[in-house]
Amino acid sequence: MIKSLLMILMACILTNNYVLSKFLGICPFLGVSKKLDSAVGMGAAVTFVMLMATAVTWPIQMFILNKFGIGYLQTIVFILVIASLVQLVEMTLKKFMPPLYNSLGVFLPLITTNCAVLGVAINNINDGYNYLESLISSLGAGIGFLLAMVLFAGLREKMETNKGIPACFQGIPVTLLAASVLAMAFMGFSGVVDGIFA
Amino acid sequence: MNKLSVLTKGIIKENPVLVLLLGLCPTLATTTSALNGLGMGLATTVVLICSNIVISILKNIIPAKVRIPCYIVVIASFVTIVQLLLKAYLPALDAALGLFIPLIVVNCIILGRAEMFASKNGVVDSALDGIGMGIGFALALGLMGAIREICGAGTIFGFQFWHGSSAGIFLLAPGGFFVFACLVAAVNYFSNGKAIKKKDFGCEGCAFAEGCEANSCERREAGA
Repeated sequence: MIKSLLMILMACILTNNYVLSKFLGICPFLGVSKKLDSAVGMGAAVTFVMLMATAVTWPIQMFILNKFGIGYLQTIVFILVIASLVQLVEMTLKKFMPPLYNSLGVFLPLITTNCAVLGVAINNINDGYNYLESLISSLGAGIGFLLAMVLFAGLREKMETNKGIPACFQGIPVTLLAASVLAMAFMGFSGVVDGIFA
Repeated sequence: MNKLSVLTKGIIKENPVLVLLLGLCPTLATTTSALNGLGMGLATTVVLICSNIVISILKNIIPAKVRIPCYIVVIASFVTIVQLLLKAYLPALDAALGLFIPLIVVNCIILGRAEMFASKNGVVDSALDGIGMGIGFALALGLMGAIREICGAGTIFGFQFWHGSSAGIFLLAPGGFFVFACLVAAVNYFSNGKAIKKKDFGCEGCAFAEGCEANSCERREAGA
């Protein structure tokens, strides 16, 4: 039981990393990774929203959509639920927890329509996970996102000072190349998770 | 702006992927073959045209304060229609694209065009804009899919023309980032760096740039 949960967690963080192997959430990954502390804030906010979105959408799918045979409404229902949930959390944080709002809350409006969050919610249903497994896999997805963001922000801070890049590769293309190298590094993890728990 | 330029600007001058750098997730994820890329591009085009038309019809009815949720409902409905049609008539493509069909709903090109174009222009212009942007998106995805398919599998549109060894890494995640980096660099090179206005990923390209004013990520970065 615990072993399978751990496997799901590690697989989501390392081998099936949402950014670097599934290409979900590329926009915040490239957009908010210029500085290390904003990358950490964004990663933590995404983790938080993923967990909450799964906590809410999984029961909706099981107890409302499946029960009444309206599974085809999944896309509409999920995106609306996630969007309003994020708004609600943002307002709550702003009112009751200003310090937390200042470090995490500012990223929330950007995450409302982040494809990684919707992707996690739909993936958990498609993979047939139960409630606990779904929560663990979204926690893993969030931590994986945070890890990728932090590593990438570190790479980019070093790259800023490099002057030897050809003109046409400066800026966006070289950032993408760095992402490509990081993705290659993460490919090295394939098989590791099975190896640990074998 | 005449009708022709509304139609054609999305294909080259304001190509959503290669010039505006929007919708990167499906661009990187679904272009493992030319057919998959084109299929994803066409599915998105259909949603884009329909949502542009409906939103430009409804633009005077939708209250400004809740416009984004309204757009999302319209877009999500068309995505569901496309999803069901693909499941019924093109199950192979549906299986290949998988998760990225429902995720058309969060593609920033669609919401971006709704916010920047369809909510300010007439029905015909919005439809033409949707067609142009959609074709530009589909062509860019098709091109990228073709490059990755040729380098990674030695095939083009499924036709095997190279029987030697091929670099399978082009079909995996690093290859996606690499090919896209080269395409953006090529656009930079051939336009002498003029085509791509923004020099970095930031708020200009984001559909929510206006919506999240005080919380904008750039200001956050500047303050951090």
